[in-house]
Amino acid sequence: MNWLTGRFMLPPQGSAFADQVDTTFLGIYWLSVVLFWGITLTTLYFAWRYQYKAGRVTPHQTHNTTLEILWSVIPLLICVGLFFWGLNGYMKYAVAPGDAMEISVTGKQWLWEFTYPDGSKTINDMHVPVNKPVRLVMTSEDVLHDFFVPDMRVKMDVIPGRYTQVWFTPTVLGAHTFTCAEYCGKDHSGMKGIMTVEKQEDFDKFLATGGTEWETYRDSGDWAGWGKLQYERKGCNSCHSVDGTSSKGPTWKGLFGKTETLGTGTTLVVDDAYLQESMLQPNAKVVKGFEPIMPTFQGLLRNHEIKGLVAYIQSLK
Amino acid sequence: MEPVLTSGQHVGDHPRPEKNYLNENTRVWDWMTTVDHKRIGLMYLVGSLFFFLIGGMLALMLRLVLMTPQHTMFGIAVDAEMYNRMFTLHGAIMVFLFIIPAIPGSLTNFVLPLMLGAKDVAFPKLNLASFYVYVAGAIMAVSSIVIGAVDTGWTFYTPYSSSSSQTAVASMTMAAFILGFSSILTGLNFIATVHKLRAPGMGWFDMPLFIWGMYSTAVIQILATPVLAITLVLLAIEKTFHIGIFDPKYGGDPVLFQHFFWFYSHPAVYIMILPGMAIISELIPTFSKKTIFGYRAIAYSSVSLALVSFIVWGHHMFVAGQSQLANVVFSALTFLVAIPSGVKVFNWLTTMYKGNIVLKTPMWFAIAFLILFAIGGLTGIFLGTLSTNIHLTDTYFVVAHFHYVMMGSTVTAFLGGLYYWWPKMTGRMFSEKGGKISCALWFIGFNATFIPQFIMGSQGMPRRYYNYLDQFQPFHAFSTVGSWILGLSLFTVAGVLLASLRKPADAPDDPWGGTTLEWKTSSPPITHNFHDQPVLEREPYDYRPAGMAGKGH
Ligand code: HEC
Ligand SMILES: [Cu+2]
Repeated sequence: MNWLTGRFMLPPQGSAFADQVDTTFLGIYWLSVVLFWGITLTTLYFAWRYQYKAGRVTPHQTHNTTLEILWSVIPLLICVGLFFWGLNGYMKYAVAPGDAMEISVTGKQWLWEFTYPDGSKTINDMHVPVNKPVRLVMTSEDVLHDFFVPDMRVKMDVIPGRYTQVWFTPTVLGAHTFTCAEYCGKDHSGMKGIMTVEKQEDFDKFLATGGTEWETYRDSGDWAGWGKLQYERKGCNSCHSVDGTSSKGPTWKGLFGKTETLGTGTTLVVDDAYLQESMLQPNAKVVKGFEPIMPTFQGLLRNHEIKGLVAYIQSLK
Repeated sequence: MEPVLTSGQHVGDHPRPEKNYLNENTRVWDWMTTVDHKRIGLMYLVGSLFFFLIGGMLALMLRLVLMTPQHTMFGIAVDAEMYNRMFTLHGAIMVFLFIIPAIPGSLTNFVLPLMLGAKDVAFPKLNLASFYVYVAGAIMAVSSIVIGAVDTGWTFYTPYSSSSSQTAVASMTMAAFILGFSSILTGLNFIATVHKLRAPGMGWFDMPLFIWGMYSTAVIQILATPVLAITLVLLAIEKTFHIGIFDPKYGGDPVLFQHFFWFYSHPAVYIMILPGMAIISELIPTFSKKTIFGYRAIAYSSVSLALVSFIVWGHHMFVAGQSQLANVVFSALTFLVAIPSGVKVFNWLTTMYKGNIVLKTPMWFAIAFLILFAIGGLTGIFLGTLSTNIHLTDTYFVVAHFHYVMMGSTVTAFLGGLYYWWPKMTGRMFSEKGGKISCALWFIGFNATFIPQFIMGSQGMPRRYYNYLDQFQPFHAFSTVGSWILGLSLFTVAGVLLASLRKPADAPDDPWGGTTLEWKTSSPPITHNFHDQPVLEREPYDYRPAGMAGKGH
């Protein structure tokens, strides 16, 4: 069916707004299908019907005012209609309801940081309650980015030195991808994450503890697995490898228990406390041969997430 | 039955002359210092086709890298940085070094004076100068992108482009400015030529529609290109004196840069498409053996497209942070573009109605143009409409849309025009069979490459992406295979045309039964174009029997 209606062109719908955009999209789609085949078939028919025949004299038709007025005015009317149709949808996108929950979004090369009303933060991992309007207030720390959630049909540039905003009401539970849609350099295509739309009580739990997902890991006792998830979600993987190769930061393979040399020349044995300190105050002890570029994760990592990360690093022998 | 298009081998009382513009004075130095518009046209043709080849190779490489998630090209891994440089180079070369100069520089330089019945353009030396300015700009552009490893995309958006790692952007903008200057000089020359050098008896409405299209293009060239220069000066001031203009670091506004950029680059889109439409307006009546329907409507629609092109730049910026009111106004204005474009299509179709259509290679390309331009134009409606634009902008949908317009339309028309005027330029007929095969491959390859991109884009695949979600892989693979057919078709075009050069001159003066003045001289023309000053006795595209022909559209 989707192939027939044109819906195959569009991603799943995740918001009320998506439905409105899709109706307009499909309207234009069908108008285009009709006009396209009209033009194409007429062209091919004429090319076949009036194919060269020796001796045929062609009529000298220079113009026809009625016809020309008609084919200017009718398209104009259609265009006016389409303009208002698009405007109508756009007004919904442009004006956020006053009671929308506000989440601040910061884009930087190449990750997204979200700050929730209670001050807790996440990176590349966004949670929103279902059926509640959310308004994102966005800015960039470096170059232009663009926050794009295909399932919600919303997109807005994220600009350094100013705030832009976008809003939507998620209506479909589950995971929705968001990406960066304004070119921003090397890892532009890696600047993406998952928006989890969940029930209000799960969202509250997420803010308090890290959500239902965390409970599953806790109950199974898989601390290293929980840590591996954080490694990917919090963006540690953009600087640390787990296979022994050196990247912007030291590899985590074989890190635990090893004797580390610091930039100051002193050495120490890597243990739980050192790992925790490295995450919360990375510049306190800088490893020899590396720049102090690691951002602090103070306030970004919950205790159980730190514990998971430490367990994960321990598991990387 | 094979149609007989031409009344005799040679027009008038002149058998094929011994000497023509190609075999007179053939030293390299003669070519380098020539002020003959026909030779300059050929030099532009070689230059722009050379860059088309490079830009095309880059495109094939990009598609290969995107084909699988492994990002390899013949087993060589390509990393994100390399990929980003490659698409920057591809875009910049195709826009600034190929499409913008191709039709005005090569085909128009060659035929515009001939169509007007003139000996040359109004300022022949200036014409040569614009060619050298183009060469200088091209060398500067390519070297600054390659040496400076520029990876900003051809749009050079600040502040990414003004960050310290992008030192070569200044020289790249300088190169764009130099190229723009070449464009201005060419435009100026054409305008003066059209005003001053029309053959006796040729009023404005007796000019071929190709001239109307190129005149409109020239107007945009001289009005829009200076804005590029202003942008360059502002970028330079910001860089040297740290006065905040575009960079928020100094208190500037990056959105302002986008306004400047698109204030030039949107009209530039019409510098690219109007010449394509101009060629089609020649091909359709000539091969339909019927007068063009709605001559004035087509002429005026070229001019109005040129004017409207200056007031719609904001439609590139609906999510860029310009005011919401501006978005609404720009969307409304954008819909205006649809009217003159539609008028042209309807007029072309009506011209074919009750014609006597000769399906030679150039006409095949004209038909391909009508179909591809329909797709390019109709998908523009999705992007002009505000609510759907929000979802589609910055995705592969846009990539596919502008390739349909720039390549599916302009390049298709360019190839059709190249085949059409090839006998006049070289004195040789090409293989019809080869020409038609190349057109069929082009049409199939083009659609196979870009239709999947529409689907990916509307499903949410952003543009300029090195990595993509697995769900898009089949579309990318399909598109890559399409690009091979596209590549093959262009090599076929090259093969067919070059093969024709190996035989002695065999083209009649008027191989297609054309009505415009370039067919009233030898193929190839003599150095001074015409044997006697041509006088216009009947309007272009007048296919009435000899006694009834006349003037006055
Ligand atoms: C922007 C790059 C970057 C990111 C992102 C990053 N780090 Fe680091 N990290 C570094 C660098 C560089 C060092 C070495 C210099 C230092 O010690 O500060 C380092 C050091 C460390 C160390 C000490 C390693 C050693 O060999 O002693 C740990 C532990 C660590 N990071 C954990 C993390 C965790 C956990 C995350 C994700 C929550 C993370 N890092 C994200 C760059 C990064
Ligand atoms: Cu980005």
